[in-house]
Amino acid sequence: MLSFMSSLIQGISLGSVYAIIALGYTMVYGIAKMLNFAHGDVIMVGAYVSFCATQYWGMPPLVSVVISMLVCTMLGVIIERLAYKPLRQATSLAVLITAIGMSYLLQNLALLIWGANPKVFTSIVPFGALKLFDGQLMITGETMVTMVCCIIIMVALTVFTGKTKMGKAMRAVSEDKGAAQLMGINVNLTISITFAIGSALAAIAGVLLCSAYPTLMPTTGAMPGIKAFTAAVFGGIGSIPGAMLGGILLGIIEILGKTYISTELGDALVFAVLIVVLLVKPTGLLGKKVHEKV
Amino acid sequence: MSNVKKQATKMVAVPSHSIVPERDVDSRPVLETRHLGIEFGGLKAVDDFNLTIGRTEIAGLIGPNGAGKTTVFNLLTKVYQPTTGTVLVNGRDTAGMNIVQANKLGLARTFQNIRLFGNMTVEDNVRIGLHNQIKYDTVSGIFRLPHFWQGEKKQHEKTMELLSIFNMQDMADAKAGSLPYGAQRRLEIVRALATNPSLLLLDEPAAGMNPHETAELMENIVRIRDQFQIAVLLIEHDMNLVMGICEGICVLNFGKVIAKGTPEEIQRNPVVIEAYLGKQKEADK
Amino acid sequence: MKNKKLINNLITYGIVILAFVLCKVAIANGDMTRSLKGQLIPICCWIVMAVSLNLVVGISGELSLGHAGFMSVGAFTGIIASQWMLASGVEDKMVCLIVALVVGGVFAALAGIIIGIPVLRLSGDYLAIVTLAFGEIIRNVLNCVYVSVDAGALHVGFLNPSLPGKLILNGPNGATGVTKLATFEAGFVLVLITLFIVLNLINSRSGRAIMAVRDNRIAAESSGINVTKYRMMAFVISAGLAGLAGALYGLNFSSIVAGKFKFDQSILVLVFVVLGGIGSIRGSVIAAAALTVLPELLRGIGDYRMLIYAVVLIAVMLITNNAKLKTWLDSLKKANKKTDGKAGAQA
Repeated sequence: MLSFMSSLIQGISLGSVYAIIALGYTMVYGIAKMLNFAHGDVIMVGAYVSFCATQYWGMPPLVSVVISMLVCTMLGVIIERLAYKPLRQATSLAVLITAIGMSYLLQNLALLIWGANPKVFTSIVPFGALKLFDGQLMITGETMVTMVCCIIIMVALTVFTGKTKMGKAMRAVSEDKGAAQLMGINVNLTISITFAIGSALAAIAGVLLCSAYPTLMPTTGAMPGIKAFTAAVFGGIGSIPGAMLGGILLGIIEILGKTYISTELGDALVFAVLIVVLLVKPTGLLGKKVHEKV
Repeated sequence: MSNVKKQATKMVAVPSHSIVPERDVDSRPVLETRHLGIEFGGLKAVDDFNLTIGRTEIAGLIGPNGAGKTTVFNLLTKVYQPTTGTVLVNGRDTAGMNIVQANKLGLARTFQNIRLFGNMTVEDNVRIGLHNQIKYDTVSGIFRLPHFWQGEKKQHEKTMELLSIFNMQDMADAKAGSLPYGAQRRLEIVRALATNPSLLLLDEPAAGMNPHETAELMENIVRIRDQFQIAVLLIEHDMNLVMGICEGICVLNFGKVIAKGTPEEIQRNPVVIEAYLGKQKEADK
Repeated sequence: MKNKKLINNLITYGIVILAFVLCKVAIANGDMTRSLKGQLIPICCWIVMAVSLNLVVGISGELSLGHAGFMSVGAFTGIIASQWMLASGVEDKMVCLIVALVVGGVFAALAGIIIGIPVLRLSGDYLAIVTLAFGEIIRNVLNCVYVSVDAGALHVGFLNPSLPGKLILNGPNGATGVTKLATFEAGFVLVLITLFIVLNLINSRSGRAIMAVRDNRIAAESSGINVTKYRMMAFVISAGLAGLAGALYGLNFSSIVAGKFKFDQSILVLVFVVLGGIGSIRGSVIAAAALTVLPELLRGIGDYRMLIYAVVLIAVMLITNNAKLKTWLDSLKKANKKTDGKAGAQA
């Protein structure tokens, strides 16, 4: 029972990271209507920046996170401006191929800058684990920080999109770009800000992910990125609570699958969930249905 | 005004509160809808829509913007599944059918916002229409068996014959997406005709055409009806066209039928004038 | 127009045959380096992969990111079939190779059907991500499969390596001790067969239906085209051809692991397709061959290979979707056509 609890907590912890990444995915997908394949690699960049800031430049962990967020925000906005903006009118096939290219570009640039050897990431969480039941059940500091971060981010994003002017603009752009533009909303700015927020979240996710799983490589972000997209779809793309719910459920499924079925098949299980969800309820757990106009 | 000589058709009443041309009254109607309706999230986009179209009738579906005309087309062709009511095509209930089955039953349509296969040639667009008319299997196609050569030859001949309706044979090799607007609309009609329909649904066929092109289109619609002995139901805002060639007209407003009748009756109907033609009266003269 | 298409296809076949003859001459004269010679069979495999992926991406208009998965199904089933036959005393290597290719193609096509049924209910981004997911699932599952031959009988275990006899497939360690059967000639024939199938399909009733669904799904349905059938057809034929390529590829190495067919390989094939021109079969052939040979010739760029590919993907998309450039190209084409038309009228 306690081992199950411990797996469950580990799952929620991993799931919270997925949830933060998925929030970025879901916002970008909801507003720009594109699958930003490179999102996972922004995570990796975020982790590397934080790593360099603490290891090479001797900065305190929290400052390194802020720097990492700044760098990723800029990176996200630049990627959008250079690669995605010229393709607003293009087919989704073209946009997706570009995003895949961008993902590989980031990975291979990271490979050139930081090399192929994995770096050992030092956790940014300054306190140790919480031990329960005579140490039989352990909740690590990283787990607690990740879960708290995830909840704060979700609440903040919900308030932001619901209450602020920029948030309303985002929802308007996600409904109808043309109409939003006619109402005087700066669509380009809104999309840029969406990318900025998503990328800043990716930086946080990167640092948290590597604090829990300390191996940092150029490909570190790829798999979590794809899984987080799965989580976003699972929860219902475009829905903020959906991304969180999907992320946490997916994390639990992955860890329980790896513990109780087979380590080899853990990833397969996650993807099987994606397929089942898309077939049974393509709009996800909390998504809305959209009609195609004929 | 158009140069189509219009002979007033004698219309007779049939059950389901509709009228059909007298010549069609003895044959089975091509289309019959009963209490057809659809709701989108509580909003009744189309409600209690009853219409009967005769074998060789040219019928018009008119109404202000947003009245639900295209929704009716989408219901008939099974793009949407109706919430209530039935659609009979050539006497067969289309309940539970999909778009493809509705087409095979004899419904072919064009689209308000043109939907051609833009990267394919004009000829290939028409050949898609012939897909279920002149067949050969995939294996024959890949291995170039005799069926392939026969089928291709037949398809080519039929395509050229159909394109000749609008004198478009010269354009056969052009990319459909590169055609001028009017030609694209005409190509859509040819493609629809190629599926050998018994009812041709035209969604604003004259939109974007100049008066000369519209006049030509009117002649062609009548000629298509005469030549293929099919019925036509068209949505159109150009009143010259509607009043010029339609024999029976159905007026839709807010998803409900507000009037049915011959062009003369519709033009005189005070409800219609109030809802719709009031604005257009000056332009019509 | 008919003739233009025919000539176009003949040029494609011609290029392949010419390249084959040149390679043969170079080998006979001893002008070919060892490393390049070793690339000949993989080049054939990648050409088949690129052409078959183009059938899905260019002709059917869907982005499939799991193409390497089908290749791996073909590779491992092909290896199992051939090694089983060899162990059972079949001596003719040619027969073994042909059977292995057929088995690889058929199993990959079957995988295509099984995967296609759920996947093809989706489209666009979702389809892409689900094909990616399936590619990864196939790899994960293959890592758990153990196959052995004992006295002519085949034993299969899932997550269970204790099987009697000689292991052909050893879970995560992949296939080892494979008798290499692949030949350059077989690769050449395979490329020709692939071109024959794909080019003929495109220029037939079914191929047109596939393209119609790509260009406008609702219009295709309204014209009586069974959308699912034709999307499925493109997907399954593509998967089957990838299986053929996989079987040949697998039989070119003495050992191979499922990790060789990762998502990266699917992307690599996509790079071939994009660079060669989406929808252009000849382009896929040339791009696949060139991009497999080039890194071999230019040793120095080895480290930058993927970086360059990534830039190529982005650049090609940005250039081909640039509105200004497009109108300029179209005006050029139109000017060309006008002169063409006049010449035709006179003749």
